[in-house]
Amino acid sequence: MAMEMRLPVARKRLSESLGRESKKHLVVPGDTITTDTGFMRGHGTYMGEEKLIASVAGSVERVNKLICVKALKTRYNGEVGDIVVGRITERRRSAEDELAMRGFLQEGDLISAEVQAVFSDGAVSLHTRSLKYGKLGQGVLVQVSPSLVKRQKTHFHDLPCGASVILGNNGFIWIYPTPEHKEEDAGGFIANLEPVSLADREVISRLRNCIISLVTQRMMLYDTSILYCYEASLPHQIKDILKPEIMEEIVMETRQRLLEQEG
Amino acid sequence: MAGLELLSDQGYRVDGRRAAELRKIQARMGVFAQADGSAYIEQGNTKALAVVYGPHEIRGSRARALPDRALVNCQYSSATFSTGERKRRPHGDRKSCEMGLQLRQTFEAAILTQLHPRSQIDIYVQVLQADGGTYAACVNAATLAVLDAGIPMKDFVCACSAGFVDGTALADLSHVEEAAGGPQLALALLPAAGQIALLEMDARLHEDHLERVLEAAAQAARDVHTLLDHVVRQHVREASILLGD
Repeated sequence: MAMEMRLPVARKRLSESLGRESKKHLVVPGDTITTDTGFMRGHGTYMGEEKLIASVAGSVERVNKLICVKALKTRYNGEVGDIVVGRITERRRSAEDELAMRGFLQEGDLISAEVQAVFSDGAVSLHTRSLKYGKLGQGVLVQVSPSLVKRQKTHFHDLPCGASVILGNNGFIWIYPTPEHKEEDAGGFIANLEPVSLADREVISRLRNCIISLVTQRMMLYDTSILYCYEASLPHQIKDILKPEIMEEIVMETRQRLLEQEG
Repeated sequence: MAGLELLSDQGYRVDGRRAAELRKIQARMGVFAQADGSAYIEQGNTKALAVVYGPHEIRGSRARALPDRALVNCQYSSATFSTGERKRRPHGDRKSCEMGLQLRQTFEAAILTQLHPRSQIDIYVQVLQADGGTYAACVNAATLAVLDAGIPMKDFVCACSAGFVDGTALADLSHVEEAAGGPQLALALLPAAGQIALLEMDARLHEDHLERVLEAAAQAARDVHTLLDHVVRQHVREASILLGD
């Protein structure tokens, strides 16, 4: 049986290979952002002694009169209209609950839902009222930092490579085989338990490894970046994608393609 | 009197430092991928690792939830191999509990807990090698870990220890200097505002000398802040470049 071993090497700064400088205003807690009192303060800032001071380490974002500091890594904060993917851990027991929902969604089920409302203490209320939400059947879940999921108009994508992906705003990404026909009547409450073909499973595994490489190199996740990364990884075997040097190569290629597409 | 001379006539300490000189500090953020925030710091030969989880729902009894702010839970543990003689109990002993409480006091003063009501923030610190100044190293590591997790704080919390030997205040004591038995003080500071988060001393020191020792510790903490500030800015810059626009 062949085994692969690696020795530790000194890590190098990834940003040096890009050779760019950051154009943003970067702050750390305690830094004064501005002494101008005309601005409204957003997340990541607080008011102290006539000055606006940063409370997280990140980049300053200014939208008209609102200043906020976007931290590098944050826990997910719900906003109305976000799509989330998650597992049911606990159910609230009420009379109507017992009658209606228990038949459809049980504890331990993985579901996709939309944020309906946010409470003052940060808790969110979810609903699965549209047929595209509901219980998730067979597929692969990848957990990433929520700050790496780009906000887009839609988070349900059917990728041309043969699988579909749900990019949850909370950092949970669900990869599943594209259903052949959309079941209109059942909606999301009947799990499809037919065996998935080998080709589909390979596509899903490759996508999962690509997402992990993008996350390790701190790239934003959205349908185009995932697709380009998938295409860049095709010459390599699926298990090789996770090796550090191949990961760098693939992500570098993805970055270049994205830059060409923009400019 | 036989034994070590903590401060020589020329003004050098046991390890060759000057009275107000700090030990070499190296720090890194984001060392654990699975935690919300993590950091590792080396202050001379003292090595500490801090890991932060949160803010998340209160674990255990819901009754402990505070309606208007977050609960900060700190745990200190020192590895069995961290001291000269192998330690029997890594956590749960009196010193660990006391350190945990002190860390909690320190961070409750700095973290903006009103932004996360009814939730809990967990800070776990482990000392891997203890060569004096363990409280300071833990606070510095925990500050970086909290920053890495993106939890809003008023300011950095920078800590340093100080002692008093032969009429001179020494900053950043090593284990040899602590074991000599003189008065020693631990100070945690919020540098921008100059506010003290925690001041701890359990020795006898004449009040005339207190101000000098306090000032030495404060200056050392400000020096630590300069270093930590540099580490965080570099980390943020690197991440910002990788993320692109």
